[in-house]
Amino acid sequence: MTNSFLFIAFPYLSVTIAVIFTVYRFTTDRYSYSSYSSQFLENKELFWGSVPWHYGIIIILLLHIFALIIPGAYRWLLAGSRIELFESIGLGLAFLSFVGLIILAVRRLSDSKVTAVSYATDWLLLFLFLFQVGSGIYIALTYRWGSLWYLNTIVPWIWSLFSFTPDSSYVVVLPMIVKLHILNAFFLIAIIPFTRLVHIISAPIPYLWRPYQIARWYK
Amino acid sequence: MNIRTQISMVFHLDKCIGCHTCSIACKNLWTDRKGAEYMWWNNVETKPGTGYPTKWEEQSEYKGGWEIKGDILKPKMRGRWNRLLNIFSSPPMPTIDDYYEPWTYRYEDLFNAPEGDDQPTARPISLITGEPINIEAGPNWDDDLSGSTIYARNDPNLESLTDLEREQLNELERLVFFYIPRMCNHCLNPACVATCPSGAIYKRGEDGIVLIDQKKCRGWRMCVSGCPYKKSYYNWNTGKSEKCILCFPRLETGQVPACMHSCVGRIRYLGVMLYDADKIEDSAKVSDDKLVDTQLDTILDPFDEKVITAAKAQGIYDEVIIAAQNSPTYKFVKQWKVALPLHPEFRTLPMLFYVPPLSPIIAKMESGKFDVVNADSTAQTDHLQLFHSLADSRVPIKYLASLFSAGDTSKIDHIYKKLIAVRLYMRSITVGDVTQDDLKKAFETGNTNAEEAVMIYRLTSLPSIDERFVIPPMYREEAIESFGDVYDHKSGIGFGFMQKAERRL
Ligand code: SF4
Repeated sequence: MTNSFLFIAFPYLSVTIAVIFTVYRFTTDRYSYSSYSSQFLENKELFWGSVPWHYGIIIILLLHIFALIIPGAYRWLLAGSRIELFESIGLGLAFLSFVGLIILAVRRLSDSKVTAVSYATDWLLLFLFLFQVGSGIYIALTYRWGSLWYLNTIVPWIWSLFSFTPDSSYVVVLPMIVKLHILNAFFLIAIIPFTRLVHIISAPIPYLWRPYQIARWYK
Repeated sequence: MNIRTQISMVFHLDKCIGCHTCSIACKNLWTDRKGAEYMWWNNVETKPGTGYPTKWEEQSEYKGGWEIKGDILKPKMRGRWNRLLNIFSSPPMPTIDDYYEPWTYRYEDLFNAPEGDDQPTARPISLITGEPINIEAGPNWDDDLSGSTIYARNDPNLESLTDLEREQLNELERLVFFYIPRMCNHCLNPACVATCPSGAIYKRGEDGIVLIDQKKCRGWRMCVSGCPYKKSYYNWNTGKSEKCILCFPRLETGQVPACMHSCVGRIRYLGVMLYDADKIEDSAKVSDDKLVDTQLDTILDPFDEKVITAAKAQGIYDEVIIAAQNSPTYKFVKQWKVALPLHPEFRTLPMLFYVPPLSPIIAKMESGKFDVVNADSTAQTDHLQLFHSLADSRVPIKYLASLFSAGDTSKIDHIYKKLIAVRLYMRSITVGDVTQDDLKKAFETGNTNAEEAVMIYRLTSLPSIDERFVIPPMYREEAIESFGDVYDHKSGIGFGFMQKAERRL
């Protein structure tokens, strides 16, 4: 019962909340669709925190998604001794983002100007991400070749959710820490529309092809 | 020809008395809000000096404006990929310390302090943290501090001078300064627009005012670094960038922008100019010494029949063309050529122009007689000495050239000679001690004549408010019609911004 709530109902719930409220906030309050930047108040530590954090987490997240979408190619990537290289790169990136996060947390705590402009959701996100990356590193170190068993447990489970034939048996056997990693991930998805995480959606990709100058006419 | 209209400004620096009335008018109207306390959309700087934010002209640090790479015109902050890859923390961004930390005082302490032997004081507290702070910088902190080793001597424009010239500038007798009021230049080739990843900044097609769409701004802060004049500001409370809006709500109702209306020295002029938008990129791409000329080339003659026909064909209203013909800025900039853009080498084609100041010349008092040092020995009379000694002007001409003509001293030289001719001519009328010969010589070197001299004199010294500000009709009613219901709009108020401008989650 608990398992089917946590690994079937909860993921559906969190994605539903995320989609509905993201759209709702986008249509009713587009003004707020950004990540509040405190770089203006503190520049130096931010660089050493924000850059490693973002680069680390974006690549790791993309790899998670990559395995989910094209498992075949992912399996090929891991074949033979390549898995060692792959896992060490992954672990390196995880450490990179973890260090970045810690710098960001210390900065938020120690710089009085940054503390003054911090919202509760900022602290919540810092805490949740510290847990998420920390648990990820722990799993990678203690349950070897996570990149491989991820393919045989979590990937089919998510596919079962996708195809509306949910089957939690893939994941209920996993160790506690992995379960927490999964649940925290879905919790993070659920709170996207209620935090600064919405800035993921406003990533300004069209900048790459738009002309430099913009004029607006009322005619 | 792709004719567009642009509201442009001229500031006559000889007339600025550095009273900061303009800054206060702007502050009261637009930036007296949390997060914007430190912003001075209009500020007045003492030159030589480091300005606001400190050393804003140092583009090797701030990476503002444009540069030419090969044949390509690129923001100095580099290309598009580079911007996106650096989006998580953009190193050239100035921080609050480059401006100043806003503060107030704990006034209540004056009333609530317990009785004691000492006077109660109101301690300064930061408006950001609420904690007591030591004030180390503030608005126009370096006001009038010519010769100061911290401010004046660190002016980036002094790099154009030799060591000797710099030393001389610091001699007590030669200390000199002038004021330079600064605001958004509403450029033709704005770097803030080009560097905004969200595409939130735009130029209004009808009048060229550069605005930041607050609903589209995502707070990436690139415009703050991108604008070489540092006239885009990050609001630390809302998490959005803001800038001078040229008081467009006032302009649309036929009123003069607040800074200009309140200007005590009446140094400010505003008018509309027609320009050729097709020429913008090419004119920003030429070498430094040609920049001013190519910029003036993009500005079109509103009396030229061909221009008028083309403008009408493009839907520019007759009243706007008439306003362009009456524009005082067109006269100063294009007709008389006595006003120059600030730092044209930033390549944004700024549309705020400055008439450079005729600084005092070096002189000394000896046994009760006023003597011009190094005076031209052929100049017989005192007034000729006073007016002719251009090379002896206390502000080195190279310094002014570094500010207004990308280092080309001949541009400043021409303007000086013309303005001096105007003064000599007016003196010949009012005092009558200038010989016809001297006058002829002055007109020749100044490339002017009696008729033009009178016009320059009139618009400089005696203009009415209608001559200083020629506001074209803005046809706001048509704008409203195109995006909504006029009756709805009539019953509403403000800018149609219903939510509170603050960070929410
Ligand atoms: S109000 Fe006019 S005279 Fe006074 S500082 Fe401003 S520009 Fe100069």
